[in-house]
Amino acid sequence: MNVFAHVGRATIGLLREVGRLSVFTADAISSFVRPPIYRSLVLKQIMRIGYNSLPVVGLTAFFTGGVLALQIYIGTARYGAEQFVPTVVLIGILRELGPVIAGLMVAGRVAAAIAAELGTMRVTEQIDALTTLATRPIKYLVVPRLMAALISMPILVGIADCIGVAGGYIAATQSLGFTGSIYLSTTVQALNHADVLSGLIKAVVFGFLIALMGTYNGFNSKGGAQGVGAATTNAVVSASILILASNYILTNIFNFFNF
Amino acid sequence: MASVASTAKVELKGVKKRFGNKVVLDGLDLVIERGQSLVVIGGSGTGKSVMIKCVLGILRPDAGEIFVDGQEVTRLGGRARDAYLRKFGMLFQGAALFDSLPVWENVAFGLIQGRGMGRRQARDIAFEKLAKVGLGPDVGELSPSELSGGMQKRVGLARAIAADPEIIFFDEPTTGLDPIMSDVINDLIVATRSTGTTALSITHDLISARKIADRIAMLYKGKIIWDGPTAEIDHSGNPYVDQFIHGRAVGPIQMEVKA
Repeated sequence: MNVFAHVGRATIGLLREVGRLSVFTADAISSFVRPPIYRSLVLKQIMRIGYNSLPVVGLTAFFTGGVLALQIYIGTARYGAEQFVPTVVLIGILRELGPVIAGLMVAGRVAAAIAAELGTMRVTEQIDALTTLATRPIKYLVVPRLMAALISMPILVGIADCIGVAGGYIAATQSLGFTGSIYLSTTVQALNHADVLSGLIKAVVFGFLIALMGTYNGFNSKGGAQGVGAATTNAVVSASILILASNYILTNIFNFFNF
Repeated sequence: MASVASTAKVELKGVKKRFGNKVVLDGLDLVIERGQSLVVIGGSGTGKSVMIKCVLGILRPDAGEIFVDGQEVTRLGGRARDAYLRKFGMLFQGAALFDSLPVWENVAFGLIQGRGMGRRQARDIAFEKLAKVGLGPDVGELSPSELSGGMQKRVGLARAIAADPEIIFFDEPTTGLDPIMSDVINDLIVATRSTGTTALSITHDLISARKIADRIAMLYKGKIIWDGPTAEIDHSGNPYVDQFIHGRAVGPIQMEVKA
């Protein structure tokens, strides 16, 4: 009996959470088009989410591209197909590793920061204070962060793609004996707009999920410092899981449409 | 539906609010006359802050009605709610200043964001209000984290009066302050009422209550159990009020202390 009660309570709790998140998301999206638009806040958040994430995303992309080239070489060399290294690195970075690695890095950096900031504002009544000053907290706090993430992530991923491919190029030419000009010309020939676009679409979705998880968990945190800590952890974990799950779904959709 | 009491600025009728199994407001009735200063006293956790948050629309009551200027406000939304909130100023217990903004922008926030006033004009008003609460122009450029608790309270008070609201709520205005600073805050609260502002304060500081109140009401177990002029509180004939104002451990109010 206790097992049923436990499962029932967990199910109700899950449904309640999904309901709350759905209402929060609908409220945030509907607030996108309603005035006022806080442009200066959006710009400030683009700097925080996008510009400040560049070093960590760039470094990760560089080493991922390099390692990818080294690993692909091991696999292809077994079949004498080393010439495919530039193409596989390019496709791997553009379609998969660029957006996913950038997404996970930004989730760790940005979702945590957003949740901690809004969580602290919640427990110190700053969010209530916004309401009493006739300012809608969703509009003022959530929408600028969502907009900034939607704008920043594709740009970040575009840059990560370039740096990742460069990382592959350096590893291939320095460690694997590839000729630079041949590696580059193979890469340029293999460049396909669908590969680029599919990665950028993923970036937009990941950006939305990162900002949504950061704002939702921060906005609903309670219980002082411990609550803010829990909100921060939940934001990072849920954003990371959603990025990986949505990546799988999006890849399946792209495959279905031969995109 | 209009309120019966035409002189009432704020009226709560049968307001109920519970969180899970815990009943916080249990059919609360309260009237604040136009231009009056009402102080609600009561122990910690008796629902004083919840009552204020219900009036401000931060929390929605489970049952009951709240009238402000004869208008029922519990179901207000959108622009009507924004317009309604512009009637209020609020001093939070912990001041709830925005960490990310300098002091003057905290004070001017409601003017700029809530009322669309130009930054230059709002800045002038902010410095004028800061001067009213005894803070010089140099304080205006500081960050809230650089201020002492008493100074933060004064900035919070300047923010509450910045837009010359019709109604001001004071949530534990003197809690955590030394006796002299408490008296400074009390004097400032009395001064803010020179323009006929209606005020609702919640506190368990009896010295403060006697100084700022025209009328005192006591909240206990989600209901108002006594309500009368400040001068009559010492002769209320109510054993709960007597125990509370004399700070006796023995009496009808039993503290819930877990062993």
